[in-house]
Amino acid sequence: MSQQRKAVALISGGLDSMLATQAILEQGIHVEGINFFTGFCVEGHTHAIRKQDADKVKRNNSLWVAEQLGIKLHIIDVIEEYKNVLLNPKHGYGANLNPCLDCKIFMVNKAKQWMVENGFDFIITGEVVGQRPMSQRKQTMPIVAAQSGADDLLVRPLSAQNLPATLPEREGWISREKMFGFSGRSRKPQMTLAKEYGFTDYAQPAGGCCFLTDEAYSLKLVDLWKARGERDYDLDDVMLLKVGRHIRPKPHFKVIIAREDGEARFMSGYKKEFMSMNCASHRGPLALIDGTPSEDDLLQAAQITARYGQGREAEQVEVTIRDREGNERNVFVKPLLADDIPQEWFV
Amino acid sequence: MSEHVLNARRLLCPLPVIRTQDKVKTLVTGDVLTVECTDPGVMQDIPAWCRINGHRVLETRADGGEYVIVLEVG
Repeated sequence: MSQQRKAVALISGGLDSMLATQAILEQGIHVEGINFFTGFCVEGHTHAIRKQDADKVKRNNSLWVAEQLGIKLHIIDVIEEYKNVLLNPKHGYGANLNPCLDCKIFMVNKAKQWMVENGFDFIITGEVVGQRPMSQRKQTMPIVAAQSGADDLLVRPLSAQNLPATLPEREGWISREKMFGFSGRSRKPQMTLAKEYGFTDYAQPAGGCCFLTDEAYSLKLVDLWKARGERDYDLDDVMLLKVGRHIRPKPHFKVIIAREDGEARFMSGYKKEFMSMNCASHRGPLALIDGTPSEDDLLQAAQITARYGQGREAEQVEVTIRDREGNERNVFVKPLLADDIPQEWFV
Repeated sequence: MSEHVLNARRLLCPLPVIRTQDKVKTLVTGDVLTVECTDPGVMQDIPAWCRINGHRVLETRADGGEYVIVLEVG
């Protein structure tokens, strides 16, 4: 009896990895999924934070895909290790702070480690030749295989017929003929295959799944590094850049103002890590103060905070300023007018 | 069989799932784990994770901004 071969599939939650995994499952291979959490994943967090997203289904797409495929899924926290990928990408960034090629190399390398540790035989990804400008080009796909250390144990079922035969093909564990020769940016072949497999519901194609591809988010991260004088971050930084209005009147401090109740509720969990303030005399948002503000700076932050509350037209409003220990004091300020806040203060 | 509690409050998905997964690795079949969370997303995600990994959800409840899932390790 031949040995049951096992593959680990990188499951992003999008259609391509779903199809690639199904193509290998159909060949009788035991497949388990792996998903890496970098901290910059779009789904989940923001939906949970923002009230306006309350109607959206809060499912985690990678878990959902695994369930549709009937495979186990292992979600791995790589937040700390991922820092080196983001801060020192050997192959550089894309349009924003997205280190797509280094990211793919990192994830395939992690999958290879997991494969070895768990006695699996090869790795599957949903990559398609020519689909992405940085990480999924004909020239870069061999780089991913080589620099991740996966080499010919890396199988891309959707584009396999366009690529050199891998070890699982040469050994006869899987058939090249039962894989595909997709290439380019068109999604039509994937849609057709999804229909063949009976997949009627799937997440939107990947690409918009990482905050690092977002220009506004990337600019906020660069601003944070500049203000702190070092290129570093932790998970709380990553999270807080996803919420609120970020206003930096001076290099040494920034005001983060909640835009709605969901954000205020989330940000209130950070009152022990940041100074905070909110309007006491009128209804208004919670604001967190990041940096080292002077007393005058705090009064300016209070004026900005008041600008976004219901007292914005008032001559004077009362604002509660709270330190990290929870000690409170109230100050009276005149809210800034819209024109008093220069556009360049908005991060 | 033993009972365990995991505090996953303030964490947003998928971190409560990851913490649950890591805790379950240290337990044995039949152990019961109560996961306490504040992200409503766990009401979908942790049961989904249990289904695909062969664990049984015994109870889910939402109570004043807290979400609790009780599962039995499979």
